Amino acid sequence: MVTFFQQVVNGLQLGLVYALIALGYTMVYGIIKLINFAHGDVFMVGAFMGYIGFTFVKLPWPVALVMALITCAVIGVINERLVYRPLRYAAKISALISAIGASFFIEYFTSLNFVFGPNYISYTPPIKEITWIIGGVRITDIQVVILVTVAAFLALLQLLIFRTKLGSAMRTVSFDHDAARLMGVDVDRTISFTFFVGSGLAGIGGVLFGFAYPEIWTFLGVMTGLKAFIAAVLGGIGIIPGAVLGALIMGQVEIMTAAYISSQARDAVAFAILIIVLLIRPSGILGRNEPEKI
Amino acid sequence: MNKTKQMVLALVGVVVLYALLKALIVTGIIGPYWQIILNESMIYVIGGLGLSIIYGFTGQFSLGHAAFVGIGAYCAGWFAITFSHYGIWASLGSLVVGMISAGLVGYLIGVPILRLKSDYLGIATLGFNFIVYDGMQNSDKLSSVLGGAQGMTGVPQFQTFEWYFVTAVIVFILVRNLVFSSHGRAFTAIRENETAADVVGISPARTKIMAFTVGCVLAGLGGALYAHNYPYVNPDSFTFLESINYLIIVVLGGMGSMTGTVITAVGWTFLLEVLRMFLSLLGPSFINLRGVLYALILIVVIILRPQGIFGGMEASFLVPYIGRRKSNAAAGS
Repeated sequence: MVTFFQQVVNGLQLGLVYALIALGYTMVYGIIKLINFAHGDVFMVGAFMGYIGFTFVKLPWPVALVMALITCAVIGVINERLVYRPLRYAAKISALISAIGASFFIEYFTSLNFVFGPNYISYTPPIKEITWIIGGVRITDIQVVILVTVAAFLALLQLLIFRTKLGSAMRTVSFDHDAARLMGVDVDRTISFTFFVGSGLAGIGGVLFGFAYPEIWTFLGVMTGLKAFIAAVLGGIGIIPGAVLGALIMGQVEIMTAAYISSQARDAVAFAILIIVLLIRPSGILGRNEPEKI
Repeated sequence: MNKTKQMVLALVGVVVLYALLKALIVTGIIGPYWQIILNESMIYVIGGLGLSIIYGFTGQFSLGHAAFVGIGAYCAGWFAITFSHYGIWASLGSLVVGMISAGLVGYLIGVPILRLKSDYLGIATLGFNFIVYDGMQNSDKLSSVLGGAQGMTGVPQFQTFEWYFVTAVIVFILVRNLVFSSHGRAFTAIRENETAADVVGISPARTKIMAFTVGCVLAGLGGALYAHNYPYVNPDSFTFLESINYLIIVVLGGMGSMTGTVITAVGWTFLLEVLRMFLSLLGPSFINLRGVLYALILIVVIILRPQGIFGGMEASFLVPYIGRRKSNAAAGS
């Protein structure tokens, strides 16, 4: 039983990191209906920025966190401006292909020798590990830091979306671009802002991921990003609490499969659950099944 | 131009193309290495036409095409190794086995998941790709011939160019006839508007499952040929990145254009090889640039031609003489 609770804690740690990435997927999908394939790679850049920040520049980790946030947010906005905006009113698949192109570009460009290099990098996290044992379950201070940071940014995001003018602009644009424009919302700026926030959250996710699993490389974002994405779909894409819920489920599923079935099967089980959920609830757990427009 | 004349012209075209390529091979201008790449491009043509039916013509978004190519490669490879004492018949049979296995799996998985729409279908097929990949990684537990994560070796090799060329031509003719048949029109109707198609009496479920199964059969055939073209079949050749390659071929070629799919399949295969060649000539530090250039080409092409290079176009000799209209195969969504 103690091992089970230990796995729950481990799954929570993974799920919280997924949640930060899944939010970016879900926000972008909610507003322009695009699977932003490059998002996982923005997360990877965040992990590297954190690593560079506290290893080479010797910044205290909260400063490195902010640095990663800003870098990733800027990358996200540039990416949207250069790669997605020219295709905003083209067929959806064209934008998806250019998103895939952007993803490859970030991966391969950063793996060049003069950028981050192609190798795995292991390092010591900047937080000294302290372990508490509560009822036989080990909890580390890194897990607490992750929990607190994620909770804080979730609360901020909730405030941003429901209590500010920009947030209501985002919600308006996600309903209907043209109607939003008629209401005087600057659609392009709102979309850029959505990318800014989503990519920034991925950057934080990257730094926290590095704390929990301090081994990074430039293709880190491929699988992690995909899993965060399916977490967003699982919870109901376009719905913010859904992304968090899906991510927490995803974290548990992965860790439990690795612990009790086989660590090789963790991806297969995660995707099998996704397919089953989609078949039962085609728009995700919290998603609303909208009637088809004729 | 009447029908007979059109057929004769197409036939002459195929023979001339074959003679040209054969001449290049015999004179050694296309060496053994490039011949394997040429074979590979034929495999991409076959698999790409499969995805073209599923996505380009019927509009069913699939991000897991490589899974079916992989299933075809593994089943065909297993068959060819197990019955290798029958010589050429084992290899011919293995092509059929590859087609049937991929088609069957495609049908069984298609029935439940084709109820999903657009992006959700893409995600479900993507998930299926990962499940198949994990299955391949552990395939040695099923039969040691399959090799698991180590990959499968020992499939009899047939690198003769004719095999690949003739198969690709046959597939192309069959796909062309399918696309311009009543089934093909049903496919396009489903792509353009499922509800409207339903109203005029086309069963969306049946049509979608049919298109998906046919596409998977072609993927399986491509996979079976793959197993005979490369001495080493590895799960890593059938990841979702490979599925994206097929998607790129169909989308860059232009949705619903067979001409586009074929030309892009060949062009894309050679482009990647030439890029590899050229950069390794420049020096080992340049080889990593391949991915960067690949990504840039992809982004630039799709921004310049969002509808695909041959979007809405079809080579005129393909379009039936009677009722030659642009709308049928063209007009990408």
